[in-house]
Amino acid sequence: MAMEKEQKQPMPPVSQWAPALALSWLVPGGGHMLLKRTGRGLLLMAAITSMFVCGLMMRGAMFQPQSGDFLTTLINTGGFIGDLSSGVLYLLSVCLGYNQPDMAGAVHDYGTKFLVTAGLLNILAMVDTFDIATRRKD
Amino acid sequence: MPKMTLSHFEATVLFSLFTSVVLGVVTKRTDRDRLHYGIYTFGCFLVALFGLGWLMYLGHG
Repeated sequence: MAMEKEQKQPMPPVSQWAPALALSWLVPGGGHMLLKRTGRGLLLMAAITSMFVCGLMMRGAMFQPQSGDFLTTLINTGGFIGDLSSGVLYLLSVCLGYNQPDMAGAVHDYGTKFLVTAGLLNILAMVDTFDIATRRKD
Repeated sequence: MPKMTLSHFEATVLFSLFTSVVLGVVTKRTDRDRLHYGIYTFGCFLVALFGLGWLMYLGHG
């Protein structure tokens, strides 16, 4: 019953949540700070940025979208979306030439996973920002 | 950019730490619940890490 009521809530206007969501993508934790959740925003920023920087320091590779067989497309396009979700961290590291070619080695592989996971965690932060901006969550 | 070389164990613990922080922050509604959930998630990661590690060690023979 409660879920039915929740589902019937009208979609809030875009202007209410779009700026916070965009900032949340661009700067991890930025959306929370814009919505005056500074502590949570700082925690998210620290965790996601640290994970991304660790990935770079482990010489992880950035994914590029590739076509081919299904698995290649899935892994590379999914990885690219994950990388891109880190926002300014991804854009800066590509612009400044920190994106590494894919190299063999366990540590490089950990780094690649760290980079993608940082982006995926930022997607979670963006969803949380959306919930806060639309008052579905405090 | 300095190079960081971590063992599998160190990388997994770092991964667990960062992921637990984010999961704790975004999942729950009160600070107390967030802290508890973050610690719980980190604990689960560590249990899985040691459990799977021992399982692979014993399975390897």
